Amino acid sequence: MFKLVKRLTSVVAMFAVLFTFTTETMAAKKSKTLKNTQKKGFVRCGVSQGLPGFSNADAAGNWTGVDVDVCRAVAAAVLGDASKVKFTPLSAKERFTALTSNEIDILSRNTTWTLSRDADIGLTFVGVNFYDGQGFMVRKNSGISSVNDFKAGVSACTNLGTTTELNMRDFFNSKGIKYEPVTFEKADEVVAAYDAGRCDTYTTDKSGLAAQRIKLSNPDDHMVLPETISKEPLGPVVRQGDSVWEDIVRWSLNTMIEAEEYGVTSANADSMKTSDNPAVKRLVGAEGELGAALGLDNEWSLRIIKQVGNYGESYKRNIADTGILPDRGPNQLWTKGGILYVPPAR
Amino acid sequence: MENRGITFGYGFLTQESSFDVQFSLIEYDGSHSYFRAYLVGLLNTILVSVIGIIFATIIGVVVGIARLSSNYLIERTAAIYVEFFRNIPLLLQIFFWYFAALRALPLPEKAEPMFGVFFLTIKGFFIPAFIWNNLDIFIYSVIAAIIAIFFVRAYAKKRQENQGTQTPVLLISIGLLIILPLLSFLLGGVDASIEIPVIEQLSKTSFTFKGGLKLPPELISLALALSLYTATFIAECVRAGVQGVSKGQKEAAASIGLTPNQVLKLVVMPQALRIIIPPTTNQYLNLTKNSSLAAAIAYPDLVLVFAGTALMQTGRAIEIVSITMLTYLTLSITISIFMNWYNKKIAIKEK
Repeated sequence: MFKLVKRLTSVVAMFAVLFTFTTETMAAKKSKTLKNTQKKGFVRCGVSQGLPGFSNADAAGNWTGVDVDVCRAVAAAVLGDASKVKFTPLSAKERFTALTSNEIDILSRNTTWTLSRDADIGLTFVGVNFYDGQGFMVRKNSGISSVNDFKAGVSACTNLGTTTELNMRDFFNSKGIKYEPVTFEKADEVVAAYDAGRCDTYTTDKSGLAAQRIKLSNPDDHMVLPETISKEPLGPVVRQGDSVWEDIVRWSLNTMIEAEEYGVTSANADSMKTSDNPAVKRLVGAEGELGAALGLDNEWSLRIIKQVGNYGESYKRNIADTGILPDRGPNQLWTKGGILYVPPAR
Repeated sequence: MENRGITFGYGFLTQESSFDVQFSLIEYDGSHSYFRAYLVGLLNTILVSVIGIIFATIIGVVVGIARLSSNYLIERTAAIYVEFFRNIPLLLQIFFWYFAALRALPLPEKAEPMFGVFFLTIKGFFIPAFIWNNLDIFIYSVIAAIIAIFFVRAYAKKRQENQGTQTPVLLISIGLLIILPLLSFLLGGVDASIEIPVIEQLSKTSFTFKGGLKLPPELISLALALSLYTATFIAECVRAGVQGVSKGQKEAAASIGLTPNQVLKLVVMPQALRIIIPPTTNQYLNLTKNSSLAAAIAYPDLVLVFAGTALMQTGRAIEIVSITMLTYLTLSITISIFMNWYNKKIAIKEK
C-alpha cells in the first residue's frame, strides 16, 4: 500500500514538472530574458578577464571598454540606468558555456563571429562592434619585418581556444612552415612567456597585440608586423531562441553607431529632439513608436546616447585616448572611409 | 538542451580538428581528427603522470628514509623540504618552476652543451635521438629477456625451497637484459644511429635546435613541480611505514643471524610496504589528476588539448567534458586496480 502511494506521488510530481516545463516554454516567446532582467534589475554581461580598451576593470572594480559599453547601452535601454550591469569575467574557454547555460545574458567579450559558432552551438551573433584581424608581434631586433621572414621551427605563443589557433595553422600551412604552437589559457601567461623569450612571436587579434604590448617589460623593444592574416569581426552574442532580446541588443549597438553617423552625442542628445531631420528625431525618440516594437518605452535610444554616448565617443574614450589604436582604420563610419554601416532605425 | 538550440552527439570526433599541438607522442597535425587530438592529449597526460610518479617515488623514498636518519643535518634538511613543498599550493609551484625556468634558462644560442650533445634552453631540452632500423626486433628481444627473467626467478625460488641454495637472480637478470638485446644487434639486423641536435638560425636574433628529441620546458617544469610536490607526501608515507614496523622484529631478525641488509630486505620492508602502499596509491592518483593543471602553463595534456581547444572549436561542452571525466576515472581506476593487486601480493598470506 505504502509503495503504491509512493509511486502515485512520483507520477504526479512528474506531471507537475512537465506542466511547468511547457508553460515555461510558452512564456519564453515573450522574451524571458527581458522579463528576468527587468525583475532582477541588472543586465548580466560576460566580459574578458582584462583586455584594455575592450573590457578592463580598474583598481576600484569599474569596468570600461567598447565591449563593456555595449552592455551598458542595453542596461540604459532596458532598465534606464547604464550602471546597472553585473559583469562576469570569462576565459575564452568558458565564454560560450556561460551563455548557453544561462549564467549571463549577453556575451560581449571580443568574440569573433564565425559560421560554426553562430549556427552550431546555440548562439546568435547580433552585430559587429569592432572589425579586427590577426597579426603577429615580434622583437624589433629580430630583423623580422614581415610575416614572410618566418622560418621553419618558429615558436608562436597564443591564447587557447580561439580562432587565432586555427588562423595560425592556416597561415603557416599555406607558407609550408613547420611551427610550434604554445597555447595558454590566460592572456597574462601568454604575455609572460613571450616576454621571457619562450616564443619568437606572439599572435592574436591586432587590437589585442596593441593592448597587451603595454604589459611587456620593454614595450618599445617589440613591434606588430604590418600584415593581417585573417578577418576577425568581433561582436556581442546572445543565446539562440529569444529573438526579442536579440533585437534589443542588436539595436542598442546599432543606435550607438547611427548616433555617430547623425552627429548625435551624449552632450547634444536632448537638444536633438527638435532637429529638422526626421531620422535624428526618430533616433532620440521624438518621432515614431520604435521602442514599442522592442517591448521598451520610446526614450530607450535617447538614454543610450545620453548615458553611454555614440560609438565614436566610446571608441575615443576607450581605445584612442588610451593609446591602444589611435587610428580607427576599418572601424570608421562608412561615410568617412571605414566599414561601419548599420541598417536604418525606422 | 533542444530548448537552447544545443544539439548532442559524438559525431564531431571524426571531423578534422584543424588545430595543431606543440608536443605529441604520436604523429598529429590539424588534418587529423578530433579523436586523434584526444589521443594526443591522453598520451601526454599519461607521459607526465608516469614521469611524475617515477620521480616522486624515488625522491619520496630517499627523503622518507632520510627523515629517519640519525644524522641531524640530513634529518632536518629532509624535514624542511617536506614541510616547505607540501604546504604551498601546487598551482603556485607549477607557475614558479615554469616562469623561474623561463627566466633562468639560456636562449638557444647561449646554451652550454652538456656532454657535448644535451642542450638545456628556454625553448626546451634538446637531446640526441636514436634513429632505428628494425626497431621491432629490438623490442621483441627486450620482451624475450623480461620473460626469461621471470622463468629464472621461478626456478631460483623452487631451487631454494628444494635445496636451500640461493641463486644470484639479480646478476643473471641484468646479464639477460644486456645479452639478448645485444644479440639482436649482432644477428637480428638491428641498427641504431644517433642524431645530435644542431643549432639553427631563425632570424637575426632568434635561434632554435634542429634534429634530435625536444622536451618542451612546459613538460619539464610540470613534471618537476608534480614530483617535488607529491614526493613530500610519499616521503611521509614511507617514514610512517618504516616506523610502523616494531623494533622487536628487527632485533629478532638480527638474533637469528641475518645481515643488516637481509633484515631490511626480508623483514622490515615487506612489513613496511603493507603500510606504505595504500596511502601511496592515493598519492599516485592525486598526481595523475593534478597533472590537469598543465593547462595553466601550456603543456598540451588532455585538459588543454581536448577539454580546452577541442571544446572551444566545437562548442560541444557536454560531450567533451563527459569523455574527459570518464577518461580520468578510467586512468584512476586502472592505477588503483594495479596498486590493489600489488598490495594484495605483498599482504600477509594467512593460512
